[in-house]
Amino acid sequence: VPGLSYNGNDIEADIVEILMRRVAPGVQVSPQTRIARGLGLDSVAILDFMMDLEDRFDISIPLDRVAEVETVAELGRAVEALMRAAD
Amino acid sequence: MSLFSKFDQIRAGIDSLLASGRNPFEVRFERVLSPTEAVLEGRPILLLGTNNYLGLTFDAACVEASTRAVRDAGTGTTGSRIANGTYSGHDMLERRIAEFYGRRSAMIFSTGYQANLGLISTLAGRDDHLLIDADSHASIYDASKLSTAEVIRFRHNDPQDLAHRLRRLKGRPGNRIIVTEGIYSMLGDTAPLREIAAVKREMGAWLIVDEAHSLGILGAHGRGLCEAAGVEDDVDFVVGTFSKSLGAVGGFATSNVPEFDLLRVVCRPYMFTASLPPAVIASVIAALGRISTDSSLGARVLANCRRLYAGLAQAGFELGPEPNPIVAVKMPDRETATRFWNRLIDRGIYVNLALPPATPASLSLIRSSISSAHTEAQIDRAVAVMTAVGRELGVLARRAERAAGASAP
Repeated sequence: VPGLSYNGNDIEADIVEILMRRVAPGVQVSPQTRIARGLGLDSVAILDFMMDLEDRFDISIPLDRVAEVETVAELGRAVEALMRAAD
Repeated sequence: MSLFSKFDQIRAGIDSLLASGRNPFEVRFERVLSPTEAVLEGRPILLLGTNNYLGLTFDAACVEASTRAVRDAGTGTTGSRIANGTYSGHDMLERRIAEFYGRRSAMIFSTGYQANLGLISTLAGRDDHLLIDADSHASIYDASKLSTAEVIRFRHNDPQDLAHRLRRLKGRPGNRIIVTEGIYSMLGDTAPLREIAAVKREMGAWLIVDEAHSLGILGAHGRGLCEAAGVEDDVDFVVGTFSKSLGAVGGFATSNVPEFDLLRVVCRPYMFTASLPPAVIASVIAALGRISTDSSLGARVLANCRRLYAGLAQAGFELGPEPNPIVAVKMPDRETATRFWNRLIDRGIYVNLALPPATPASLSLIRSSISSAHTEAQIDRAVAVMTAVGRELGVLARRAERAAGASAP
């Protein structure tokens, strides 16, 4: 069960890794990075990224939760909460 | 911060489009001559991007019915369906749609956008789960925003992914409602409806199919992909539009679910907007009558699609996966797509420029839509001009080089 073996730092690291696959080479991603700005991702690319996260962490991320999250760190916390809720 | 600063990126995007020529959002036809020809910038232009699939906008019977209706019943209803805006024509059209689809009931909306907005947002309530295809039309996304349900996207045209995402919801309360389209509006690909219907049955979900681009085109009787795929009994709600095959404006939803008509008093995008004017209702009734009795229009549009698709494929363009009334040419990047689109207009051909985020997978597309009213000569001219422009802009040369490179040792 992924939820048992992950901690907050692992989740954040995984999110950064998955996000890096979608941004242009050379673009830096940190926990403070705001996902919807500065990464050059359009709205559909962000939704596709969220789908990748759903599959990585085996959770459902409803669309309205996507809108509430601004930074990578916030997203990490949201994913952690969804994983705990799913357990 | 200015009120409009949130749109700075959008504005920069438009400025970069203008650098290559026209503003694609401000094309103005000075005159529309027929379903396939208009006047733009003072010159005649071939229309290959207007979703006028069956060419019925100038159909003599539709125009006559519409003209008679405006004289008999006036220019508008000045009210909503639940107040003063229901005339006998609205009831008649709803019965005709229900008959056409062999379903119990139908509701008409003032646009196709509102049909999706209304049906989906109202059916999917708190605790329900809405599962929408990732490539869904904006009206489905906006319905999702208006709905209080939890919204999950599944990978485009991927029934296994849909099943996987449904299984993830195991144990959670609420209904599961799946939304797909018959033909997708950007690449012209059809949904694997048989497989999606199987998932729906297995998981005990509801299924909504938007046939906006397939009405009158797919299926032996023109009832769309649901008919063609033989899954009409599995589809709980069919949504469609009057603004494409039927040549007018408006939308509908039709269903066999006994409680369907309850939506008339709970569906806000149906209740709180003016009903369609009599002239539109009359032309749609005439158009629906025409496609119910004449399958030649659907056959002709498909023949035209295959002709355009084959011509462009043979020239070496990279296209969407199947020859449907939408044929999309994949461009290497946004700038080339914009230049391509401008140059086609210079040569007298109008198509749609489709750029991300309105497209799947960040694709830049030259999107054409085909009509049964196109002549073979018009299709051949489009292929010739697009091929010439493809060579001029290096789109075809680059493709050929890549292909040669790929096969080299």
